[in-house]
Amino acid sequence: MKARVYISLKNGVLDPQGKAISHSLQGLGFKNVVDVRQGKTIDLDLADMDRAAAEAEVEKMCQQLLANTVIENYSIEMLD
Amino acid sequence: MKAAVIVFPASNCDRDLKVALTHSMGREPDMVWHGESELPDTDLIAIPGGFSYGDYLRAGAMAANSPIMREVVKRAEAGTPVLAICNGFQIATETGMLPGALLRNAGQKFVCRDVDLLVTSQNERFVGGFEQGEVVRFPVAHHDGNFYADEDKLNELEAEGQVAFRYVSPEGEQTGEANPNGSQNNIAGIYNKAGNVLGLMPHPERLISDELGGTDGKRFFDHLVNSIV
Repeated sequence: MKARVYISLKNGVLDPQGKAISHSLQGLGFKNVVDVRQGKTIDLDLADMDRAAAEAEVEKMCQQLLANTVIENYSIEMLD
Repeated sequence: MKAAVIVFPASNCDRDLKVALTHSMGREPDMVWHGESELPDTDLIAIPGGFSYGDYLRAGAMAANSPIMREVVKRAEAGTPVLAICNGFQIATETGMLPGALLRNAGQKFVCRDVDLLVTSQNERFVGGFEQGEVVRFPVAHHDGNFYADEDKLNELEAEGQVAFRYVSPEGEQTGEANPNGSQNNIAGIYNKAGNVLGLMPHPERLISDELGGTDGKRFFDHLVNSIV
């Protein structure tokens, strides 16, 4: 069972790295870039288990460690 | 008086903190490894600066979940004073002992220099050795010190007098120029609601003698030790 977690900064939380990437892209001539937000993905390889139970467990992982919900949003995608 | 300094893999200010506390207490603090699950009997818990777990995932995220931190959080809830400096501050927010979060510096750069700080609120235990409104000087050295809280939390911190230090000009003015990392309201340090946990990005333990360039840090630790004794 595989799961992918997407983590991004909440709206309104300053993302200086995203801003720097945006400036670089504009400098390269990509004039249509209005804004960039940088996030991360985490791929989890889980033991074979019930899909719903696995998703519930990944949700707990996000709450306890993978995301800081003060500043970050997360979403979970079950891949198998 | 007894103090405990928590040591994580890649803490790098633990020994500086030990020296500062030893000078002020007249005895050495206990150095407690992060993998321990028990804390010794102690009157002060200090969480040092550094790059615990290489800042993997987020600064302080892994350390906040190490075995000793469960015990630190319990003691803090029971009223033991906790001093959390730099990476310690990041760890304290990750555990929920302190509100908000420390984001990447707005200027993207690692900032390493002395900063001027306004002693913003009067918490007798931690800053009773300074005048309220006094400007003191400690160094900062961090990449993720940009304090953030959502609007409601920020208003609450201000209203409850939980802001401990602000970045200011040498004259005590809260300017954008004096803010090294983009922190909201120039916040450099905060207290928890009960006032027994202080988290700050600057390093008082790095200015404890004239040979090091200043003694404001020594004044901070001398008073802290006296107020706890």
